[in-house]
Amino acid sequence: MTVGIVLVSHSAALARATADVAGALSGPDVLLEPAGGTDDGGMGTSIELIRSAVTKADAGDGVLILMDMGSSVLTAKTLQADLEDADLEEDGGEPTVRLADAPFVEGAVAAAVLASTGADLEAVAQSAEQAWSMRKL
Amino acid sequence: MTLDTATTIAWITRAAELVRADESRLTALDAAIGDGDHGANLARGLAAAVTAMGEKEPESPGKALIAAGRGLVAKTGGASGPLYGTGFRRAGKELGDGGDVGQVGAALEAMLRGIEELGGATQGDKTIIDALAPAVVAFQEAAGNGSDLHAAAEAAADAADAGLAATVPLQARKGRASYLGPRSVGHEDPGAASTALILRALADVTAP
Repeated sequence: MTVGIVLVSHSAALARATADVAGALSGPDVLLEPAGGTDDGGMGTSIELIRSAVTKADAGDGVLILMDMGSSVLTAKTLQADLEDADLEEDGGEPTVRLADAPFVEGAVAAAVLASTGADLEAVAQSAEQAWSMRKL
Repeated sequence: MTLDTATTIAWITRAAELVRADESRLTALDAAIGDGDHGANLARGLAAAVTAMGEKEPESPGKALIAAGRGLVAKTGGASGPLYGTGFRRAGKELGDGGDVGQVGAALEAMLRGIEELGGATQGDKTIIDALAPAVVAFQEAAGNGSDLHAAAEAAADAADAGLAATVPLQARKGRASYLGPRSVGHEDPGAASTALILRALADVTAP
C-alpha cells in the first residue's frame, strides 16, 4: 500500500507532465493522478476534477495533494474542508487528504520517491515540503 | 422586511445580473493587474449559483446561500470561486432559517471570516477583503442603530464602494497582482469591485 499523490495545476498538460516526471523517478507502484485545468479543458481549476483524482489516487493510506498556486491552492483547501465535513456527517469513509506546502515539480518528485517505499502520509508530505531546502546551485 | 428564501434567491440572481452587466469592466480591471478573467469567471460562477438554487427548492435562506456557494465553487474556475463559494456557504450556515437584520449582519460577518481564513488576506492586501470588511462594519453599525435591512444593506454597499476606491493606492500582497509589486499600485482591485456589486445587489433586492 502506498500514499496516493494528486497534482493540481492551472494547466492539464503541466499536471500530466509533472505526474510523468515523478512517476519516472518513483516507479510504477505510486498512484499519481493529475487534476489540471477546468472541467471544460480551459486554464484554471476544477474542484470536481480534483475530487475525482483524489478518489482514484486513494488506496486507503491517504492522498497528498500538491498545488501550483492561486486558485489551485484555494480549490484544494476547499475540497479538503468538504471532505472533512462529509466525513463528519457520514461517520467516516472519505479519503484522508493532506495538502503539501511545497514546490510543485520538486515536491512531487520527492513525495513520489518516498511514497514508493511505503512511507505514511505525514512522512510523504514532509518529504515534499523539504524540497524547499534542496538547493540547486 | 426580512431576508426570506425568495429574497435570498433574488439577491444572488441580482448579483449575477450586475456582474454580467459589468463583466467587461471587471475583466478590464483584472487585465491591468491580474490574469484578465475575473469578469467571465464570476459571471459563469454566479450563473451556476443561480442554477444550483433552482435545482431543488431551498427550504431556507441559509440553504439557498449554501446551494449558491456550491455552484460558485464548482463552476467559477478561478480563485474567486472557492473564495466567494466558501463565503456564501459560511454565510448560509450562519443564517439558517433566520433573516432579520441582525442575523444577516452575522451572516455577512461569517462570510468575511470564511474568505479571510481560506485566502489568508487581511485588510490592505488589495483583495475582496478591502471592500467586504468595511461593508460588514457599516452593516452592523446601521443595524445597531436601528436601521432596517434595506438601510443596512445600502450602508454596506456604500462602504464597499468606498473600500473599492481605497484599493487604488494599495500594493497587492495576494494573488497574481502581488508578483507585480509596486506596479500593482494605481488600479482598483477586481475582487473588491465584484464584492461591491454583490453588496449592491443585496441593497437592490431589499428595497421596499
